[in-house]
Amino acid sequence: MSVPRYWRERRYRYRLIGETCSDCGALVFPRRAVCPRCGSRSLEEQQLSEMGSVVTWTVIRSPPKEYGQFTPYVVALVELDDGVRVLSQLVDVDLEAVEAGMRVEAAFRRVKEDGDSGIIEYGFKFRPIIE
Amino acid sequence: MRRVAVAGIGLTQVSEHWEDALKDLFAQAALKAIDDAGMREIDALYVSNMGAAPLQGQLQLGAMMADTIGMRGVAAVRVEAASASGGVAFHEGVKAVASGMCDAVLVGGVEKMSDGLPEELSSAIAMSEDQEYTAYTGVTVVGLSALLHRLYMERYGATAKEVAMFAVRGHENAVGCPHAQYPFRVSVDRVLASPMEADPTHTLECSGVGDGAAAVILVPADGIETGVEVASTAVATDSYYLEGRKDLLEFDAARKASERALNAAGVSHSEVDVLEVHDDTTITGVLSLESLGFVERGMGASYVAGGNTTRGGELPTNTFGGLKARGDPLGATGLYQICEVVMQLRREAGPCQVEGAEVGMAQSLGGVGSTCAVSVLRRA
Repeated sequence: MSVPRYWRERRYRYRLIGETCSDCGALVFPRRAVCPRCGSRSLEEQQLSEMGSVVTWTVIRSPPKEYGQFTPYVVALVELDDGVRVLSQLVDVDLEAVEAGMRVEAAFRRVKEDGDSGIIEYGFKFRPIIE
Repeated sequence: MRRVAVAGIGLTQVSEHWEDALKDLFAQAALKAIDDAGMREIDALYVSNMGAAPLQGQLQLGAMMADTIGMRGVAAVRVEAASASGGVAFHEGVKAVASGMCDAVLVGGVEKMSDGLPEELSSAIAMSEDQEYTAYTGVTVVGLSALLHRLYMERYGATAKEVAMFAVRGHENAVGCPHAQYPFRVSVDRVLASPMEADPTHTLECSGVGDGAAAVILVPADGIETGVEVASTAVATDSYYLEGRKDLLEFDAARKASERALNAAGVSHSEVDVLEVHDDTTITGVLSLESLGFVERGMGASYVAGGNTTRGGELPTNTFGGLKARGDPLGATGLYQICEVVMQLRREAGPCQVEGAEVGMAQSLGGVGSTCAVSVLRRA
């Protein structure tokens, strides 16, 4: 992962920044050049909700390169409270305890490292909301 | 637009070909197809491949393969649409002949998955997804399909056993197939006892790691007795992200490509005698059957479990084993499907023959349904 490539995505990874369509009001994540609902090019940046519920999930047991240190880990489709769906790891949770409808919140976490001397990469993951 | 015929086919066994490099495997299949067609000259070459860049560090496969088969000078290019590369490359080759620009086109797919370690393969296959977002979560393509697997069982009440039967039926069909990677039966209990790959999908519900190459020669249909004509091809895409899908359990790209291809061919679903679908996992096979319009939504798993897709059944599907049992060398897979449909239509399928097959369809998927290529062929 090169520095420029990592640097430009940091805002979308550190905060859940999506877009809102000025014409139809749709919330869009990840960013697009054109609104997928109405075709408008007037898209403005929008902070998305950072809380939501689990729609469905899986447990990754044959990880890609650089993700071995967290294996096995949960990846879930989360529906945020503003209706946007995002894909993300679920952390701080027992593999057997994950349920559809579980309430979760975004958390800033380490994702992977580029070898011993490269960039340490961060991003959002979701964790159970403790009531 | 001219009508297009398949003049020749060639393929290698799907296996771990430790001694063969990309160009060696490609040449085996390509030269078989050229000999089968009885041709000496081609105008253009389309090479289908997904993993050569991450696994072999290799680009410019078009020029490389043209050189190795003695076709230096022809137009050549690599076509890539992740795991749909084969079906999409076929579509491009058909367009080249149908348009009148080319009179003889070789479309060949090749893949050397065995060069990669397991985690390298997971990463390479996940390159079909957005690297800055989807792949950044650490999800694998099997993982994405597993999300749908869980949702499917919840929404429709299908059991793990019913879904797993897709792999079992594939293995039944592969028995006696000379080019299959795993030409033997596997019981549903064995499939369900295999370790989880990405919960709830078991390892034996996923296609394996194989190398292979498959090729076809396309020519104008007029004035040639080849026995097999391309009735139509179509390619469609869907939201690049599962989150953007209208309905998570429908492959809209497969629905669109199927409608376009069947309409263009003037063929109805009930007239399809042989169907090759993209079962890189059991659930993608099930969802493909439904999204292509052959089985009602939610009924796919029980339809297959019930024996309707066997060679003697109502809808013979994956007649040589499909991705699971014949094998799935990524970029070559779509061309294996085409070759298999051709063998059925020519009555050259041996122990895998579906009696009286007149029309066949092949479906290739990229990622988890982001791209879909559908081809319809008929006896001429």
